[in-house]
Amino acid sequence: MNEVLAGLIAVAGGLAGGLVGVGGGVLFVPALTVFLGLSQVEGESTSLLMIVIVALVGAIRQSGYGNVRVREALLIGALSPLGVLVGVAVANSVPERALQLAFAALALFMAAQLIRRARATQ
Amino acid sequence: MSTPSVALASRDVWRLAAIGTLAGVFSGIFGVGGGTVIVPLLIFWFGYGERLATGTSLAAIVLIGLLGAIAQGGFYGNVHVLTALALAVPAVIGVVLGTAIQQRIPQRAVSYLFALLLVAIAVELILK
Repeated sequence: MNEVLAGLIAVAGGLAGGLVGVGGGVLFVPALTVFLGLSQVEGESTSLLMIVIVALVGAIRQSGYGNVRVREALLIGALSPLGVLVGVAVANSVPERALQLAFAALALFMAAQLIRRARATQ
Repeated sequence: MSTPSVALASRDVWRLAAIGTLAGVFSGIFGVGGGTVIVPLLIFWFGYGERLATGTSLAAIVLIGLLGAIAQGGFYGNVHVLTALALAVPAVIGVVLGTAIQQRIPQRAVSYLFALLLVAIAVELILK
C-alpha cells in the first residue's frame, strides 16, 4: 500500500515538473521518507538521482520546443560543484530533525509561491 | 535548441556562476533540483521568459542533480539506487503526462492542488 502511495506521489511530482516547471524534488523526498521509510538525508539523496532522470526527460522535451539555452545551462551546471559540496556537507552534519523542519519550511514556501503565481495569472 | 552564438560578457559568466552555486547549495541541503532558485534568477538577471527559464533550468538541474547524487552516494552512501530507479518510472510518466496536458487544463486549479499537497506534507513532517 505504501509503495502504491509513494508511486502516486512520484507521479504527482513528475506532473508538477511538467505542468508548473518546478517542484518535482519537493514531492519525491516525502514520497521516499513518509511512505518508504528512508531517513530525511537518505530521502533527499535518493531524490537527487530521481531528479537527474526526470530533468533529463523534461529538458529533452523542452529543447524540442526551443526552450533550452544549452550553453547557459551547461555553465550553470559546470559552475555549481562548490555549492553542491557545501549543501551536501550541511545536509549530513545537521540533526535529522532540523533537516526535516527546514524541509517542511521549504514545502510551505513553495506552496505560498504556487498560490501567489496562481492568483497573479487569474 | 536555441543557442545564439554571441560571446558571454564576464558579468554574465559571474551571474551564471552565482546561480549555479546558489542552486547547488539549495539542491545539496534539500535534495531538490534547485529550479526554485534558477528560474527566478534567469528571469530577473537575464530577462528570460518563463518557458525559456524553465527549460534551461531543467537542463542545468541534470548536472546539478548528478553532482549531488554522486557526492551523497560516493562520500556518504546515502543514495538508494534501486529505489530511485523504481520510483523514477512513475515520476517520468508524470512529467510526460504533465507536459502533454499542460495546454489543456486550467493552470490555477493545478497550482492550488499542488499547494494543498505541499501544505499536507509540511504538516506531516512537522508533527512527526
